[in-house]
Amino acid sequence: MYRIALKQQDSFEEFRDVVRGFITGEIAPEDISWQVDGDIDLFGNAAPPPRADAAISVPAGFPPLAQDVICHRDQERFALLYKLLWRLTHGERSLLLVASDPLVHRLRLMQKSVGRDTHKMTAFVRFRRVEDDAGERHVAWFEPEHHILRHVSSFFVDRFAAIRWSILTPDGAMHWDGSSLSFGPPVSRDQAPREDNVEDWWRAYYRSTFNPARANPTMQRAEMPKKYWHNLPEAPLIPDLLASARQRTARMIEAEPLAPRNTAGWQPDSAPGHEAGTLEALKTEAAACQRCPLWKPATQTVFGEGPADAAVVFVGEQPGDQEDLAGRPFVGPAGQMFDRALAEAGIDRARVYVTNAVKHFKYEPRGKHRIHKTPNNAEIDHCRWWVEREIELIKPELIVALGATAARSMTGRSLTISRERGRLTTLSGGRAGLITVHPSFLLRVPDADAQAREYRRFVEDLGLVATHLPAIRKAA
Amino acid sequence: MPDTLQKLEILADAAKYDASCSSSGAEKRNSRDGGLGSTTGSGICHSYTPDGRCVSLLKILLTNACVFDCSYCINRRSSNVQRARFTVDEVVSLTLNFYRRNYIEGLFLSSGIIRSPDYTMEQITRVARELRETHGFRGYIHLKTIPEAAPELIAEAGRHADRVSINVELPTENGLTKLAPEKRSATIRKTMGSLRLRIDETLADHRAPRFAPAGQSTQMIVGADGAPDTTILSTSANLYANYSLKRIYYSAFSPIPDASHALPVKAAPLVREHRLYQADWLFRFYGFSTDELTSGLPDGMLDLDIDPKLAWALRHRERFPVDVNTASREELLRIPGLGTKAIDKLIVARQHRVVRLDDLTRLAGSVKRARAFIVTADHRPTRILDDLHLRAKLAPPPKQLSLFG
Repeated sequence: MYRIALKQQDSFEEFRDVVRGFITGEIAPEDISWQVDGDIDLFGNAAPPPRADAAISVPAGFPPLAQDVICHRDQERFALLYKLLWRLTHGERSLLLVASDPLVHRLRLMQKSVGRDTHKMTAFVRFRRVEDDAGERHVAWFEPEHHILRHVSSFFVDRFAAIRWSILTPDGAMHWDGSSLSFGPPVSRDQAPREDNVEDWWRAYYRSTFNPARANPTMQRAEMPKKYWHNLPEAPLIPDLLASARQRTARMIEAEPLAPRNTAGWQPDSAPGHEAGTLEALKTEAAACQRCPLWKPATQTVFGEGPADAAVVFVGEQPGDQEDLAGRPFVGPAGQMFDRALAEAGIDRARVYVTNAVKHFKYEPRGKHRIHKTPNNAEIDHCRWWVEREIELIKPELIVALGATAARSMTGRSLTISRERGRLTTLSGGRAGLITVHPSFLLRVPDADAQAREYRRFVEDLGLVATHLPAIRKAA
Repeated sequence: MPDTLQKLEILADAAKYDASCSSSGAEKRNSRDGGLGSTTGSGICHSYTPDGRCVSLLKILLTNACVFDCSYCINRRSSNVQRARFTVDEVVSLTLNFYRRNYIEGLFLSSGIIRSPDYTMEQITRVARELRETHGFRGYIHLKTIPEAAPELIAEAGRHADRVSINVELPTENGLTKLAPEKRSATIRKTMGSLRLRIDETLADHRAPRFAPAGQSTQMIVGADGAPDTTILSTSANLYANYSLKRIYYSAFSPIPDASHALPVKAAPLVREHRLYQADWLFRFYGFSTDELTSGLPDGMLDLDIDPKLAWALRHRERFPVDVNTASREELLRIPGLGTKAIDKLIVARQHRVVRLDDLTRLAGSVKRARAFIVTADHRPTRILDDLHLRAKLAPPPKQLSLFG
């Protein structure tokens, strides 16, 4: 039987140096008795000289687990860690991946407990401001469950680097002087400051932010166990707050509503007008459109954009994800493709009007994404009302339908784009029109060569528009 | 004029109906090179009120005066509540004093709408600017965004804030029209849309101006209008998809002092709120579609006695039992009582060992609910699934739910 007395409660380095000797000496876990100072087992042999030269290879998961578990207050922690190390180096190298193994499970629970205690310390330390010879200092008293003082120190230094502070605990104290951290011996509670004038403010906040109609003390105790209460300045308020909660709620429910406060002088928004005679007015009217159910899930009506006297109107399909969020047509990936093609065809974007056959984005939600869905004929037909009024007001010389949805909207018929594209035609209502593909079609062509070919054809189609209407050409 | 302590009482009281107090999702910061404060990425709750909710941030209103008259809101124009208004300096000083004593992770500032949306937003933003620029504050800041405010003001809010939010308030357009006649869901959605565009832009391009790295969230009040859970959940699915929200908070309607006649007298049960959170979780992390959770619900309401995953499993017994040693992650996620963490550990562990019931207990904490639905190396449920009383066996014994436990 070997016995080892470790000097420190929470030192991974000391543990590591000691186990090196044991592991390389092939000393089995059951032959070692682990002690931490002050409680030394007097029976048994002294530890063998550690063979510091021998390297042991452990899985990467071991050191972080051991560093956490060593902070645990359980007397068995060193023995358990050694047992784990033994198994990891004796044929069970992947043991840490087996979370269901009883030993791994127990150590993970210990790790979790240390993690939880560390988190609670970052949460429940309450500093009190004091003045000493060097000026202002923030001092806290805390009773951690485990040996986590060193573990948690970087959190407080990160947070309060510019302030001088001390945290006093029954296991030791730590002090930050604004530039360096030092650890000292245990301190008793009566050496910690007893109050701070800001605590009244904190208690006032705590009292006011509690909703008596939702009292749920079980939940509170689950998250803020009672063992922490005696160091929390707000905790003494809890019994009274709970005791009065039922009464306060009953009073609220029973109280007759008072007459509403006089609010004269305030005017509700005036309802939007009808009879839109301008594009601006039409846009306002369309913003409230509920002609088909597509308005419900969408963010907003995406109306057309461009000069009110444009010679050409481009009609696309419907707004996409980006257009729906931005409230503007042709700003997403297809819109950027469209802009590029327009520029290449020599068309001045500022002189054309772009709009969509359907004004709300139709999609299916899938997790955090929205999958575009093609509008059906009924939706196209309902929305045609808006496109036609846009066209009536603009009176363009030419309408370009981009893709099948736009073609359906502008002709009232379902057409095959490949058959109709690339020549001037007459649309319903006798207006001159041109049908071509929608730029999003180009984005969907899988192979790069074919995509380049289709893009050229699209630019050629747009070139026809420029030839037909020289007025929209870009200044050279 | 109330003094600062009274103002704190009034304006904290007025802000307590907003369920969010989270301080998570921020980029990591510390004060080693100056300033005050840090953020670790995960939130820290510094206290819990007797309603079991966390206190992570100093959550207050700048003022509880408001030009709006929303029935569910204690701060509505026609309410007789006492009014107060903080100065920018008061909020800054309270935040710093509380922060230095480690009471809070930062500030969550909201406000009633006074004068105009732009004026109100400007005041909210000024507090954040003072904290960040004058005092080098590096803690968490959550700002409530006023829907109609100018884009430059919203952009500045996002430059200083970790998180921004706008409450949709009610799950349906009709509910909003009825209870908050001056609020328009169209305006709320438009603002959420523009917030998402800015957040996406920052994520896609690190040279883009900083904008709310912890994203946006929202809140819906449950039980103030007649909307059933199915409607609430489809509204949520829509909001998550549309605006990439980090969180939707469900706030069971609770009585307020000086209540309006338009409101129900009874509080919505807190357990309803809890079931909605569970369902919300299922479609965000467990691969459930909204339809799966909402179809077949009587009256469109989630079961209050049992959790929505168990309720779904009882409606779909044909999909069980599932063999935990061979099933896919998707199938495992459907087993009642098993969470994502336990499942991930199980998937790794079963590559090395055959999983038995005891192993699963260690992985999942308990297999009480799961055991009727699973097969392990040493356990196969016999006819349990056909047992008509299975639901009764797994549901807690009926008891009067009390708010006072």
